[in-house]
Amino acid sequence: MVTATQSLRPQAGAGAFWRRLVNGDEVARLVTLAFASTVLLIVAVLVFELFRGSAVARHRFGWAFFVTQNWDPVAEQFGALPFIYGTVVTSAVALLIAVPLSLGAAVFLAELAPQRISDACTFLIELLAAVPSVIYGLMAIFTLVPLLRDYVQPFLGKTLGFLPFFQGPSFGAGYLAAGLILAVMICPFIISISREALFGVPREQREAALALGATQWESTWQVVIPHARLGIIGSVFLALARALGETIAVTMVIGNDPSIRASLFAPGYTIAAVLANEFTEATGELYLDSLVELGLVLFLLTMVINALAQLLVVLTSRRGSAHP
Amino acid sequence: MSSSSDSELTVGKPHERPRSHAGAGVRLAAAPPKMRSVNLNFYYGAFQALHDISLDFHTNRITALIGPSGCGKSTFLRTLNRIHETVRHTRVEGRILLDSEDIFQVETTTLRRRIGMVFQKSNPFPKSIADNVAYGPRVNGVRRKTDVEEVVERSLRRAALWEEVKDKLRESAYALSGGQQQRLCIARALAVDPEVLLLDEPCSALDPIATAKIEDLLFDLKDQCTIVIVTHNMQQAARVADYTGFFLLGRLVEFNTTEVIFKTPARKETEDYITGRFG
Ligand SMILES: Nc1ncnc2c1ncn2[C@@H]1O[C@H](COP(=O)(O)OP(=O)(O)OP(=O)(O)O)[C@@H](O)[C@H]1O
Ligand SMILES: [Mg+2]
Repeated sequence: MVTATQSLRPQAGAGAFWRRLVNGDEVARLVTLAFASTVLLIVAVLVFELFRGSAVARHRFGWAFFVTQNWDPVAEQFGALPFIYGTVVTSAVALLIAVPLSLGAAVFLAELAPQRISDACTFLIELLAAVPSVIYGLMAIFTLVPLLRDYVQPFLGKTLGFLPFFQGPSFGAGYLAAGLILAVMICPFIISISREALFGVPREQREAALALGATQWESTWQVVIPHARLGIIGSVFLALARALGETIAVTMVIGNDPSIRASLFAPGYTIAAVLANEFTEATGELYLDSLVELGLVLFLLTMVINALAQLLVVLTSRRGSAHP
Repeated sequence: MSSSSDSELTVGKPHERPRSHAGAGVRLAAAPPKMRSVNLNFYYGAFQALHDISLDFHTNRITALIGPSGCGKSTFLRTLNRIHETVRHTRVEGRILLDSEDIFQVETTTLRRRIGMVFQKSNPFPKSIADNVAYGPRVNGVRRKTDVEEVVERSLRRAALWEEVKDKLRESAYALSGGQQQRLCIARALAVDPEVLLLDEPCSALDPIATAKIEDLLFDLKDQCTIVIVTHNMQQAARVADYTGFFLLGRLVEFNTTEVIFKTPARKETEDYITGRFG
C-alpha cells in the first residue's frame, strides 16, 4: 500500500511524508492500531510477569492459596484469603457509602444548583480528586480514627450491635475506617463523572417528561438518571477500581492484621496494603513469590469485577435502550 | 364573544373578509375559545422575543402558526404549557387562559397533563415502546396493569401506530423509524388525554408519506382536542389548519381562518411570506 502510494507521488521528502501522515487514513489506522496494541501488550507483560514471578508459591500451595487464612512468614505458610476478604470488604463499604452520597451530589449539581454554584462546587470537588492519598491517610489517622473509636463505633455498637458487623471492641482503625476513607477518596470521581453524564442528557428528554405532567423529581429520577445510566455506572466502576487498588491511605488506617472478622470495627488487611508493607522485607523465595501471587490475585479480582460490571451493563440495557 | 354575527360561515365566504389585525384578539368562531393569550410579552433575559401577542385557539380546531425562522413560534408555543420555565432567565408578561382560567395560577403538573406537547425532534425515552406510552399515565397515578395496557393500546391506535408495533411493544423505542418515533411521541402525549395538543414542527424530519400519516392523524384527533401546530410548510398549514397565525419578528402580524390567510391576506407581509417572496 505504502510503496504504491509513494510511487504515485515521486516528490518524496519530509513534506510529502507529513502530508500522507495527516491525510492518509491508512497511516492513521496503523498508528492508532499500534497505540492500541501497546496497551494490550502492557497488560500481557504484566500478567506474564506476575504469573512467572509467583511460580514457586503457585506450585507449593496450588488453589489452596486462595482459600487458606494463614499468613505466617516464619512458618512459611501463606494464604491469601484474609487479604482478598479485606480488599473486598473495604471496597464494598466504600461504595455503599460513596455511591448514594455522590449520586445525590451529582444530581444536585447537574439538575438543581444554579450554573455558577455548580461550576464552583465541581472545581472544588475535582481538587479533592487531586489530593495525594497519603494526605487522606494522615487525615484519617488524626481525625477519622479517633472519631470512630470514641463516638461512632460505641454508638453503632449500642444501636446496631445485634448485627455481626457492628460488634466487638472499638479500635478505631479497621475495615470501617478504611472503607470510610476510601469512600471520601472515590466520591470526587463519581460526582464529577456522573455530573457530566447528567449534563449530557438532552434537554428534550427532560422536557418530554415534564410536558407529560411529571414533576421535576420524577423527570430526574425516571428519565434523566436512567438516560445517564451508563456514564454513572462507568464512574462507579472507575471508583471501584481505585478503591480496590488504593494502597497507602488504607495501610495507614486498616490495622494491618491478616485475619478475617465479620465485625467492621476489627482491624484487617488488604492486598495492596500487605504488598506495600512487606515487599521490602520479604526474605526467601516462597515469601516473595507469595506476595507476587497476591499481586496477581488483585489484578484478577479487578478484572473479574470489571467483567461483572460490563455484564451488568449489558443485561440492564438489553431491554429499552439501544443507545445510552 | 358578543359579536356572534362572526360565525364560522365566513370561512366559506372569503369575499366578506373578516377584520383581522394583530394584537386585537380576532374571534371568528361562535364557540368560546379553548385557550387565549392576551397581550403576551416574552423575554429571554433582556431580549424580548414576543411582543403583545393576543390570539384565541378555538375548541376542536387546528390552528397553525407560521412565520420565518426565529420569529418566535416555538417560544410562543412553549409558553402555552409553561415548558419555557425550564429555560433560565425567561420572563412572561400578559395572560394565557385555558377555559378562562389563568394558566400561571395552575400547578404546572396539572396544566401539562391537560396540554400535551410534541416536539420538533422526536424524543422517545430510552425505554420500551409500551413504557414510553405508559409514562404519562403512570406519573399521573394509573397503576393497575390492565389499565395501563388498555391506555397503551388506545393511544397507539389513536396515533395510527398500533398495527405497526403491536407485536413488539416490549422492544426499544429506538428500534422504530423516525416517522414511527414521532407517532410514538404523539401517542405518548395522547395517553394522558390532553385537552390541547401542541406540536412544534412535528414533521420537519419526516418524508412525505410519514408526514401525510401525521396530518391524517391530526385531522382525526381534532374531534377530541384542540390542536396548535407550528410549521414551516405552507402546504401543510393550508391542508390541515382551520386557522392560521402569521408571526414576524416576535409579533403576530395576522390571524384568521386558513382560507383567508392563504387566499386573501390583509397584510402585505403575510402575502409576501406565503407566496415565497419573503426575503
Ligand atoms: N434559550 C434562548 N435564549 C435566548 N434567546 C432565545 C432562546 N431561544 C430562542 N431565542 C430567541 O428567540 C427568538 C425566537 O426563537 P424561536 O425558537 O421561538 O423561533 P422559531 O420561530 O421557533 O424559529 P424556528 O422556525 O427556526 O424554529 C429568536 O430570535 C431566538 O434567537
Ligand atoms: Mg422553532
